[in-house]
Amino acid sequence: MERRSLAASILVYGAATVMSAIILAPILWLFLMSISSANDLSAQPLHWWPQTLDLSRYGTLVSLVSNSAGEAFLGSLRNSLFVSGLATLGAILVAVPAAWAVSRTPQVQWSLFAVIATYMLPPVSLAVPLYMGLAHFGLLNTITGLALVYLTILAPFATWLLKTGFDNIPREIESAAMIDGARLDQTMRHITLPLAKPIVATTALFAFLLAWDEFFYALLFTADQRAKTVTVAIADLAGGRVSDYGLIATGGILAALPPVLIGLVMQRAVISGLTTGGVKG
Amino acid sequence: MSSAWITTRAWLLMLPLLIVMIAVVGWPMVDTVRLSFTDTRLVGTSGEYVGLANYAKLLTGSAFLGALRNTAVFAVFSVAAEMTLGVLAALLLDQQFRGRSFVRALMILPWALPTVVNAMLWRLIYNPEYGALNSLLTQLGILSEYRSWLGEPGTALWAIVAADCWKNFPLVALIALAALQAVPRDIKAAAIVDGAGAFARFRFVMWPYLAGPLTIALVLRTIEAFKVFDIIWVMTRGGPVNSTRTLSILVYQEAFSFQRAGSGASLALIVTLIVTVFAAFYIALMRRSGSRA
Repeated sequence: MERRSLAASILVYGAATVMSAIILAPILWLFLMSISSANDLSAQPLHWWPQTLDLSRYGTLVSLVSNSAGEAFLGSLRNSLFVSGLATLGAILVAVPAAWAVSRTPQVQWSLFAVIATYMLPPVSLAVPLYMGLAHFGLLNTITGLALVYLTILAPFATWLLKTGFDNIPREIESAAMIDGARLDQTMRHITLPLAKPIVATTALFAFLLAWDEFFYALLFTADQRAKTVTVAIADLAGGRVSDYGLIATGGILAALPPVLIGLVMQRAVISGLTTGGVKG
Repeated sequence: MSSAWITTRAWLLMLPLLIVMIAVVGWPMVDTVRLSFTDTRLVGTSGEYVGLANYAKLLTGSAFLGALRNTAVFAVFSVAAEMTLGVLAALLLDQQFRGRSFVRALMILPWALPTVVNAMLWRLIYNPEYGALNSLLTQLGILSEYRSWLGEPGTALWAIVAADCWKNFPLVALIALAALQAVPRDIKAAAIVDGAGAFARFRFVMWPYLAGPLTIALVLRTIEAFKVFDIIWVMTRGGPVNSTRTLSILVYQEAFSFQRAGSGASLALIVTLIVTVFAAFYIALMRRSGSRA
């Protein structure tokens, strides 16, 4: 490591401090809003540090009392969990065999580019027929219907990420098993899939995050507590008549907690996912 | 095994995926094309064939041009700012300093924050009466009276660009940082020994490693920016006076608020066409770099 001059050191530490502040300040403020009293939040100028600690919003939003705001919010979290889980499961099931096939068979690689191309389609280009189709099958405002629609995003995404993962598992291992007389399904079960477990798990987590984050389709295809996801609940809070900004902030904190924790725990995987172009912003 | 069998086997393994993709992407896409030539309403009776009438009305109307302009402004400025800040942040994180891994972990936070939560957060910050920005700028003496950042057509789109930039520049930074760390240490050291200045080192040592990943990030960010919906819907719903109405917001209003499915479909296809041009560019880039990715 080269030795830096004092001026260069000051510059580096100064810049690092400024950047950390820019990133942390809005998030810290979101948290402070969630625990500040309504009086502190409606002062002009604001009280940056809460004069009285108010944790009541967490109680309001995490509540099982029927017909309460809490029940509705928890319900939306549960819907998000189910929709994202179901869509992830479906995407992984169809993507694993397809990704392996593309990885091992150069002749069909072009089909992968077709799949990636659909991943880039703007959701608005599919929204109207999907709406009419869901209505036709009675799947509007259902968890199944929304999960099905999420496959438009998750299936190509998972295929792409899994394919890059399978590329890193040497095919010689598979050939060796085949030469020893193992059938394809045996080779997959005993050799390839155990080796691919980490990449499948990572792909599933990223797919889950992608579905958790989704808003456009959820806004269009859900109407009430039966299927409304947490992103729609947040948008309702932010755009509705809620006058307690602390409550809105609390909803944001709760909705952000799962993906932020996953992101921090999986830092390494996030960074390597970003660099292969597989994970979108 | 014969190569014909291997190819057949590959297609068989891809069959579930292909069926799903045809059901949820292929068929809707074709149906959007069909709808775009009709005056179908979202709910109720099926529409009549109207030829190119939807397209003609759109391309001559002011709503489309306004939305195209807003989308282009949003895309150009948010992506340009994200790329610039992202590279600067990566150059910083490529230095050795205490706390470096902490700052790098911080970059994950905006990335992981759901887009809707980010939009909601900035909507609170920009609040005209109790927002943190107004309070901060007044306390610093920069602003003499509170402003309605999202309520004025002159500032709303820029406020959204800033919020989008905050969420996405760390993504570019992490991509650029990974590229910078691929530069061999001895080459960096040799350039310094040879007396190369900071700019020369950036241009001739780092840029060859940065160019590829940054181009891919640039194209991907541009595609995302042209599709923008979530952040705008939560922050302004396209207002005030349509000053933040982008193409996706316009499709939503046309097809779902006004229930004009036919005309909404034709607009959606125009958006798709624009995005496809970028996507084709992206795939060409991927192919050129081989299956390295």
